[in-house]
Amino acid sequence: MAKLSSSSSTTSDAKALFQTLRSAYSATPINLKIIDLYVIFAILTALIQVVYMALVGSFPFNSFLSGVLSCVGTAVLAVCLRIQVNKENKEFKDLPPERAFADFVLCNLVLHLVIMNFLG
Amino acid sequence: MARNIVIVFLASILFFCFSSISICNATSSIFNPVSFEHRSAALELFSATDGSFTSLEETYEALRTFQILGVEKKAEISPVACPLVVETLTSPSSNPEKLFNALRVQQILKCGVDADLFEGVASKLEAVIKDASSLLDFYHSVGSLVLIKNEVPESNIVLGDADSTFHSIKALSQSDGRWRYGYSGAESSTYAAGLALEALAGVVSLASSELDESMIVTVKNDIRKLFDSLEKYDDGSFYFDEKVVDTAEHQNALSTTSSVVRGITSFSAVTPGKIDIPGDKILGLAKFFLGIEVPGTAKDLFNQIDSLACLENNRVSIPLIISLPAIVLSLSRKDLLKVQVKTVLGSDAPPVTVKLVQAYKTSAKETPVLENQELKFDPKSSIHHLDLLPLGIDIGNYIFVFRVLLQDPGQKQIYATGGQTHIPVYVTGFITVDSAEIAVLDNDLGSIETKKELDLSKENILSLSANHLQKLRLSFQLTSPLGHLFKPHQVFLKLRHVTEVEHIFVVGNSGKRFEIILDFLGLVEKFYYLSGRYEMQLTVGDSAMENSFIRGLGQVELDLPEAPEKATRPPPQPVDPYTRYGPKEEIMHIFRAPEKRPPQELSLIFLGLTVVPFLLFLVGLLRLGVNLKNFPTSAIPATFAFLFHAGLGAVLSLYLLFWLKLDLFTTLKALGFLGVFLFFVGHRTLSHLASTAAKLKAA
Repeated sequence: MAKLSSSSSTTSDAKALFQTLRSAYSATPINLKIIDLYVIFAILTALIQVVYMALVGSFPFNSFLSGVLSCVGTAVLAVCLRIQVNKENKEFKDLPPERAFADFVLCNLVLHLVIMNFLG
Repeated sequence: MARNIVIVFLASILFFCFSSISICNATSSIFNPVSFEHRSAALELFSATDGSFTSLEETYEALRTFQILGVEKKAEISPVACPLVVETLTSPSSNPEKLFNALRVQQILKCGVDADLFEGVASKLEAVIKDASSLLDFYHSVGSLVLIKNEVPESNIVLGDADSTFHSIKALSQSDGRWRYGYSGAESSTYAAGLALEALAGVVSLASSELDESMIVTVKNDIRKLFDSLEKYDDGSFYFDEKVVDTAEHQNALSTTSSVVRGITSFSAVTPGKIDIPGDKILGLAKFFLGIEVPGTAKDLFNQIDSLACLENNRVSIPLIISLPAIVLSLSRKDLLKVQVKTVLGSDAPPVTVKLVQAYKTSAKETPVLENQELKFDPKSSIHHLDLLPLGIDIGNYIFVFRVLLQDPGQKQIYATGGQTHIPVYVTGFITVDSAEIAVLDNDLGSIETKKELDLSKENILSLSANHLQKLRLSFQLTSPLGHLFKPHQVFLKLRHVTEVEHIFVVGNSGKRFEIILDFLGLVEKFYYLSGRYEMQLTVGDSAMENSFIRGLGQVELDLPEAPEKATRPPPQPVDPYTRYGPKEEIMHIFRAPEKRPPQELSLIFLGLTVVPFLLFLVGLLRLGVNLKNFPTSAIPATFAFLFHAGLGAVLSLYLLFWLKLDLFTTLKALGFLGVFLFFVGHRTLSHLASTAAKLKAA
């Protein structure tokens, strides 16, 4: 019984945890949510490519690397953007979000120039 | 004591004489009269396009050469050359040299020039002669006048002051018989001497009265002095050459000799009495021209043929050339020794007797095999011949010494036959090979184990066997047609192992027999201890032997001891040139096997799968309720914002192009421009957004 209650309490605890997480997350500003969605999108794309490589082999290895690194790089840059745009981060308080976005765009352009060169 | 010294002196003189004779004998070469080869060479060298040559001089040289060689080409050349001749003769600006060349061409072509025109040219030339100051002026104008006189015999062209002209030309002569080109120059030339003699001959023929006899005698003395500078080749030909090489008018030996020959022959033709030049020297000059055979240039051919034509009929002495139609005589064909005596241009000589003074083998010069044989003359073919068979001439290489004697002793003054002529003759014949046998002997006793007869007239297929304690003996006899022992140049026995290792032995002769004994005990080292089958081959060869042969004799199976440790290895055999230079083995290229590719469907499915996250992203955006309300609404910022997005799109399309076809440099160039543009519009758009956000905050 104790065992059962402990297990049910675990699930309810987990439920409670998710609940608080969700409610806390819903307070997040919408632009940050967009960035999160974007990061997830990038990571998912990278995962699909990794699965493909695991299935058929890494023959055009540079193409595979380009594809995965493009996604991962974009995700990293998006995370950076999120850090800079987040108002909670006092560190970047003086930095306008437009400036952060400009950096994001510039970094993406440079990253993809390299990716394209490497794509073969 | 004094007598001894005199004897030694005499002996040394004798020795010197003999040694010089042997030098003369060492080089005996054959000179043949002008032949059809010269005709074909003339047609080739003087090949003019449409009958025109570069100059009248060349036209004359071609015409003269063709005339002497009997080649009919006038009809082709005259339509082009005749108008040139007339033009030159009428032109007032023509110098004596041009006139001379034109007149020479006219002399051969007979262009039908007006007699009046000749008169005019003649008077012009007479004026030139009066104040001529150089030898060439004299040569050309006097020569032209002679040509005009020949052309128009009725015209009364006479050099009024022939004596003074003669003196003026003679003043250019030097003490050594050579001449100067002008009064001012000090350099004398042999070539100029020839021109001067020709000019003097012209003056003599143009003179109205007899010239001073003493003058002509002086010139004849000059000619004799000129012959002191005659140079000689080892084969008995003589020639003139310039001593100073670097003068502007330098001529080669052929044209120098040619000029002198023309001068002497024309001078001797117009003056009374004989010029005292030894016939041998004239013959030597003829040999020089004939020794050139067929020259390579038109000028040389003209000089050669023209000089030979001058020598063919001259008043000094006419050279007679002795030649052999064939210098290889076969005893088996019973060839006769045939000799022709002709003039330089190949016409028949006056009646002569040809004597074979001596004939000796080239290997034994001191012992003549024949002496004093007179050749029979066949008037039909004009060939002197001698049958060598009854005279006991065996096969071999000989030097025959001929002498030509004129039947009419009075003609000795006219013809130059030269002294003795040395001509190499090769007598060939059939050699009989007999009593050929091959035997294997036991070493210690010398007793014969196996003995086989050989027939060397055909291939043999013997099969012998021997070990290293035995000997192999090959012997045969060579007999010349007259029954003498014959020693060929090459008698070799060749043993070839199956591994292509060859050993060649020279077969020596003892008395009448040729014999070789191979003692295998002494040869094991040389044979590299290679046991097994050896092919035997016998070579007997000589230039005088008509049946020289290489015959396979068969095989010998050798049983040699085992090679010791330190024995030398057989040398590597030379590579067959065909395999070295022939086509190489084809190279097969091995390419990397292509990587394994996944099935196309799988790849397409994953392509679709990569789009799924994007769709999820879009769905997520919709659920978040994303809108574009923040997009600027007023005209100018909206334009900039639009341009900013268009610029981003452009950069991405550029990347796509870079992936598909552009190279890095083009891409970077375009990216530079796009980047600047993007930076500008991006800055404007984002600063506008920032300012609106700040306004909102402030509000």
